[in-house]
Amino acid sequence: MALKIVKGSIDRMFDKNLQDLVRGIRNHKEDEAKYISTCIDEIKQELKQDNIAVKANAVCKLTYLQMLGYDVSWAAFNIVEVMSSSKFTYKRIGYLAASQCFHEGTDVIMLTTNQIRKDLSSPNQYDTGVALTGLSCFVTPDLARDLANDIMTLMSHTKPYIRKKAVLIMYKVFLKYPESLRPAFPRLKEKLEDPDPGVQSAAVNVICELARRNPKNYLSLAPLFFKLMTSSTNNWVLIKIIKLFGALTPLEPRLGKKLIEPLTNLIHSTSAMSLLYECVNTVIAVLISLSSGMPNHSASIQLCVQKLRILIEDSDQNLKYLGLLAMSKILKTHPKSVQSHKDLILQCLDDKDESIRLRALDLLYGMVSKKNLMEIVKKLMLHVDKAEGTTYRDELLTKIIDICSQSNYQYITNFEWYISILVELTRLEGTRHGHLIASQMLDVAIRVKAIRAFAVAQMAMLLDNAHLLTGNMQRNGICEVLYAAAWICGEFSEHLEDPNQTLEAMLRPKVATLPGHIQAVYVQNAAKLFATVLRKHEGATDSQAAQETSQLLVERLPLFVQSANLEVQERASCILQLVKYIQKLQQKDVEVAEEVSALFAGELNPVAPKAQKKVPVPEGLDLDAWINEPPSESESEDEKPKAVFAKEETKHSRPRHTEVDEKELARRREARKQEQANNPFYIKSSPSSQKVYQDAPGVEHIPVVQIDLSVPLKVPGMPMSDQYLKLEEERRQKEKAEKKKKEKKKKREKHGKGKKHDSGPESEEDITPAHHVDIVTEEMPENALPSDDDDKDPNDPHKALDIDLDKPLADTEKLPVRTHRSEPLKSPGEDGDVESVPQEPKKRSSKEKKEKKKDKDKDRKKSKEEKKKKKKHKHDAEDEPAELPAEEPVKSEETNEVATPPTSTSAEASDLDFWLSSTPVAPTAKEVAAPAPAPAPAPETSLAAAPDSEADEPKDAEPEEVKCSKHKKKKQKKEKEKEEKKEKKKKRHHHHHHHSDGGEDSVQNGTMEEEEPLPPMSNYCLLAENSYIKMVYDIQGNLQDGSQVVVSVIFENKSDSFLKSMEFNVLDSLNSKLQRPEGAGPHDGLVVPFQLPPGVSNEARFIFSVQSIVMPQKLKGTLTFIVKSEDSSTHEKLDFKLHFTCTSYLITTPCYSDAYAKLLESGDLKSSSLRLEGVNMPFHHLLARICFHHHFSVVERIDSCASMYSRSIQGHHVCLLVKTADQTVSIDAKCDEPSLLGNVLDEIKQTFSQC
Amino acid sequence: MIKAILIFNNHGKPRLIRFYQYFAEDMQQQIIRETFHLVSKRDDNVCNFLEGGSLIGGSDYKLIYRHYATLYFVFCVDSSESELGILDLIQVSVIIVNVCFHVQVFVETLDKCFENVCELDLIFHMDKVHYILQEVVMGGMVLETNMNEIVAQVELQNRMEKSEGGLSAAPARAVSAVKNMNLPEIPRNINIGDINIKVPSLSPF
Repeated sequence: MALKIVKGSIDRMFDKNLQDLVRGIRNHKEDEAKYISTCIDEIKQELKQDNIAVKANAVCKLTYLQMLGYDVSWAAFNIVEVMSSSKFTYKRIGYLAASQCFHEGTDVIMLTTNQIRKDLSSPNQYDTGVALTGLSCFVTPDLARDLANDIMTLMSHTKPYIRKKAVLIMYKVFLKYPESLRPAFPRLKEKLEDPDPGVQSAAVNVICELARRNPKNYLSLAPLFFKLMTSSTNNWVLIKIIKLFGALTPLEPRLGKKLIEPLTNLIHSTSAMSLLYECVNTVIAVLISLSSGMPNHSASIQLCVQKLRILIEDSDQNLKYLGLLAMSKILKTHPKSVQSHKDLILQCLDDKDESIRLRALDLLYGMVSKKNLMEIVKKLMLHVDKAEGTTYRDELLTKIIDICSQSNYQYITNFEWYISILVELTRLEGTRHGHLIASQMLDVAIRVKAIRAFAVAQMAMLLDNAHLLTGNMQRNGICEVLYAAAWICGEFSEHLEDPNQTLEAMLRPKVATLPGHIQAVYVQNAAKLFATVLRKHEGATDSQAAQETSQLLVERLPLFVQSANLEVQERASCILQLVKYIQKLQQKDVEVAEEVSALFAGELNPVAPKAQKKVPVPEGLDLDAWINEPPSESESEDEKPKAVFAKEETKHSRPRHTEVDEKELARRREARKQEQANNPFYIKSSPSSQKVYQDAPGVEHIPVVQIDLSVPLKVPGMPMSDQYLKLEEERRQKEKAEKKKKEKKKKREKHGKGKKHDSGPESEEDITPAHHVDIVTEEMPENALPSDDDDKDPNDPHKALDIDLDKPLADTEKLPVRTHRSEPLKSPGEDGDVESVPQEPKKRSSKEKKEKKKDKDKDRKKSKEEKKKKKKHKHDAEDEPAELPAEEPVKSEETNEVATPPTSTSAEASDLDFWLSSTPVAPTAKEVAAPAPAPAPAPETSLAAAPDSEADEPKDAEPEEVKCSKHKKKKQKKEKEKEEKKEKKKKRHHHHHHHSDGGEDSVQNGTMEEEEPLPPMSNYCLLAENSYIKMVYDIQGNLQDGSQVVVSVIFENKSDSFLKSMEFNVLDSLNSKLQRPEGAGPHDGLVVPFQLPPGVSNEARFIFSVQSIVMPQKLKGTLTFIVKSEDSSTHEKLDFKLHFTCTSYLITTPCYSDAYAKLLESGDLKSSSLRLEGVNMPFHHLLARICFHHHFSVVERIDSCASMYSRSIQGHHVCLLVKTADQTVSIDAKCDEPSLLGNVLDEIKQTFSQC
Repeated sequence: MIKAILIFNNHGKPRLIRFYQYFAEDMQQQIIRETFHLVSKRDDNVCNFLEGGSLIGGSDYKLIYRHYATLYFVFCVDSSESELGILDLIQVSVIIVNVCFHVQVFVETLDKCFENVCELDLIFHMDKVHYILQEVVMGGMVLETNMNEIVAQVELQNRMEKSEGGLSAAPARAVSAVKNMNLPEIPRNINIGDINIKVPSLSPF
């Protein structure tokens, strides 16, 4: 063995370490890949060795290679090995590697659970820290579920270093295991007030992250955060909180009012730019949320804009960038205050920094008005020409289009200008946004009827010059516009000056080089043009020209018939045949024009993009129902739903048209119109027939007014948008002059303009559009629902965290083992809802949980419960009296609640309301923290301010509800002791309730456990104490090893002196032995691995081996230690008795009722029974007590009878049947070990004799 | 949340990468390349924020970076982080790296002069830089911003590693001296006793 070790270490010397690897890679620049592959081979060899140091070294190198892009997942198992090394050095390497390359798909992750748990509970804080850090990177839903409880415990660790990490990682746990959020939240909340700034900051961090996604659930924390904001000096924390408020204010405008003051103060006082910036941001958010009503509202905006201007003018580009960013937020609600800084923003457009230019572009979007649109776009067009680098140019292009098309082309007064801009943009080389331009062209041409003639002329020109576009362009770029051009020319061919020429242009051989979908449009629209040409010529009796056109088509189309693109080919051959046929008819002098145009008759209306989605589901149609019943069903039933889709469409449509008489149709139309007019959700469209308008004169609509031909329509050559600018200027001048005369008349006209009317932020009244245009609204289905929620991503993991945290915890909600709750009061009336909500998801997981969690958590639970029990059992004179009074008020509280059911959840809300309303816009930030000056006996304020005020101060005048909530809160904050009790009760109470509704989940109930945010000690029970030291302890069964229990002892130094050389020794019995390290004698004490400075406490664990668990045991022991004060040191000792009860060997184990029944039937169990007289408590309390103190779980409960189950660490089954009638409880019990059973029953009896 | 921390040099060679969201290795490399491409063509006097690349994040994400001599430090963050705060954080991290590598004693004299980080430190001690970073950012969230606290924790852990003998238990110099001895084939099984003596602090495994 020794030889092997030595050999390993020598091998190691010749292994490369990380530095060697790096050096090697640097020396092999030419054949790096080859070198690395040999290194990987070496690493593989190293990983095969037993020596963990060699493995760790190899894993360390792998981490480096992973960074270079090599997949190292094949070494996952070795990484786990290194992680589980006992040495910190290696462990750290292992966790680092794991955090770099493990992910949810890594299968060995499931092997790590126990290792991680072990590390989390390691006495070395850095082991724990490393495990937490690693876990934060690769936590999976399974790990999160299994470890949530352990991590939650760490949130109360004595070391702030661990606490902050534990708090932070909870966020990851929540993401992966949303069920843990509610149980863990109270403690998380508590950490907001942790004495350590790092922990506090971590808690703020986590809650902010949570609240950002689901702000409404965190509104109730606003007072707490407010307090933090006014008291904290840590800029990081302040920034986070202020950002959080930014997310909360939109939900609660009153909060905004409260915030303005302190934020403004901060803005004035802080020197940290980051803080200043965030303050400004949040003030902006507040101002946005306050639509109006703030008196000094404009002052705040001015302040913000002013500060932002300073940022933008700063030479630091970062500040400039952020200033612009924040400015764009103000822009949305207060465009006017931003518009006054237009100069500054236009200046930023010329900045050398692209990010800044982009931000400035964003701002421009909101600064345009009818007045300056042309001017701004002109400026942008200049930038387009200048811009190098396609990304920025593309960005400009999209911005131009965005700016122009925003809110339904609200700012465009002259569409000819816009079309020319679009045409100009087609000259951009290499842009990716051809399709964008194309869709704009289509949109404008379709929706603005007045512009069609002009658009068609421009498009014809584009088609004519197509070679300019296609010649030097990439195929998929700008040539997209030809798609639009061809379609527009075809569809609106009646406006074409010279259709023949356009037709010819569309059939040029070069077209065949265009992408298929464009060619297809070409072919189709050539046919449309053909129809137009025919009609034109037939009227003129010029049959020659028409025949020439046919000939042209017949000659050119075969080119497309050969196209490789199916669509093109199909359309071309169809049309070719059609044309040939027409040609024949023409030769016979038959008039065909009418019929050919009929092929393309009718007008297309634009359809809104979301229209399809918004078609409401007809009443009675169930989309989830089977269309075809599973085979056996008869067919006749199927026909109904089918008809809705298919048959009606095809069969009915034709015959109906003929059958239904005109009158009927008219009647129906009338009815529908009536309905639409009355339906506020129906977005009125302007169908092609104008009759509708006359029918419904009251409806706001857009009249189609004839074009006011103040601008010549024909622009020869390529259009130049600039000329419109000049024309526009002139026109406006003229108009202004005219305006005075026509004032009245115009007003009426404007009224008709509808949409444009209410738009521009500037004095728009002065500007009338060059044409009065009809912007056709996109069509929506009838009865479309105005829902706008179609944008949410269903896969967002944060969706699962949208959990109401103010609701009291239901019984089902607890972490695998222990639970924890701070919202103890719940009115029975609410039980139903609360449970029904969280139960659903739980059911699934609870079953798995049951199995997996059992092991780990048992230990803790057990010990805790035991402790509790002991507290009661032991004749602890001090504890007892303290407990009793504490319980009293709880009871009364409960009864109270029964009397006033409508409280608890609403109580939270009313608390917030109170906070928000009671201190009306605090004059200074501090004010809020201090008791409200108002005479109102504000319960909530006093909570925030003076937590010590007694719960029973006079407040009878208050409504019952408020009182109750106050009560609650106070207790929570101050009287932890009490609360604990209360909580316990509550839990039982709920627990119970829960059982009465669903036996299924009963397995969970064993896990009800005290997990109150107490100082960790209070969970333990007293072992011994003297003037120097106090020991409390806790016994946990060890499931892995049925013969071991772990005793955790917390030592607290009560003296002013230093305690050292502590030795813990127990007098072993035959049955129970303290496990001592190898080599130690059976009577040697164990050295406690730490020293205690004054006032400090620390925890040590001792393992005991137990032979038989059927009997309770007491072990005598002694602790010896040296008390070292400044001048002297004395040797002291303290005797104690460790009490192992039989229940402490039981582990709460869930059991299904069928398995339970089998167990009972098996007949291996001995039975025994117990009667308790005079038990004066509700049955569910009784059950809860047994579960709680004796580690049982309820299997099934029927009325006043319940079956319960538990298991010992050595696998004994213990089954109870509990029945109650008139204060008498009878317990029939079965167990495969009669003496264990007897002792457990005795202990149960003792529990109840004490209450 | 911080989505990723990337450190690479002026040629785009990664020196440290840390993703807080899973990406396969080839994707990681692509992201590094893309980020390098975005960042490297920017002048030093433009702003340090960049609208996120297409591969990582999306519209909610930003790249916040600093350029020191030969190295780029890039943080990819979402909108919950304060831009200026992260910029400060990068600076803090760099200073801490410097302090931990060079001036372990004079923690109080933290100062602007530590603002340049030496690329070699990162190249050869990627693991150590990771450990430092772990004390600053954990699981994508900022863990600690107090420089003294971070340095103290890093120090304590290093000390612990030292007390365990470290990864290269034998003094690194001695080992590399042996390695560089240029003996073509050292018969590894001979002279076990001797060599063992030269390796003092090997711990038993």
